[in-house]
Amino acid sequence: MDLTRRKVLAIGSGTLAFASLTGLPAYASLADEAISALTGGANIGDGVISLTAPEIAENGNTVPIGVDAPGATQITLFADGNPVPNVATFNFGPLSASRSASTRIRLATTQNVIAVAKMEDGSFQMAKAEVKVTIGGCGG
Amino acid sequence: MASGVKPRVKVPKTAAAGETITIKTLISHKMESGQRKDDDGNIIPRSIINRFTADFNGQNVIDVTLEPAISTNPFFEFEAVVPEPGEFTFTWYDDDGDVYDTSKKITVS
Repeated sequence: MDLTRRKVLAIGSGTLAFASLTGLPAYASLADEAISALTGGANIGDGVISLTAPEIAENGNTVPIGVDAPGATQITLFADGNPVPNVATFNFGPLSASRSASTRIRLATTQNVIAVAKMEDGSFQMAKAEVKVTIGGCGG
Repeated sequence: MASGVKPRVKVPKTAAAGETITIKTLISHKMESGQRKDDDGNIIPRSIINRFTADFNGQNVIDVTLEPAISTNPFFEFEAVVPEPGEFTFTWYDDDGDVYDTSKKITVS
């Protein structure tokens, strides 16, 4: 099979349309489930936590994400449009200076990136950012 | 994926006692997500680094759980306090059981 540029583009846009029609709602509830599994159904407020993400990511394979939550013991990142919503969990030790970290993540499609921080007093805080993805990062 | 894995870490050589320093780490790893398919339509099995830890003189700085959504060549940037001279050790745990580590000494001026 010879793949011309035209064919590749056609396949790509077809998959994207399919994902946005059928995949998204199911994935979004997966993220909600994962978050409530983490928090045990506790109330989630907002406050000091901040999430740094680009508004538009041209390449979904490497999207730079930064998160900062002073007073947090643990920060978990979720992506609600990915096949697996969990992205990473940061546990901060005694020698961690600021409760912040940056990394690069994969995003399958345009979606929300969610950070949930567990604070020292056991409460939870959440921050959300929408990232528009031009080319998805989950492969074929 | 035991071949071609090379950890790279950026830590300042010196710091003042109690100073906060920024550490950047990167390790070359393809982080196969388990979602991709090969040319025949078979799913390529997952093969990722699932845990990363940074310690200073035996005390933990950060402990990260990685999922397949972390990009190829996982990169982390974070901050640490340096109370005394010593050594940072960085450890990555692969799905296949391999452990990669590297360490950096730091002096206190």
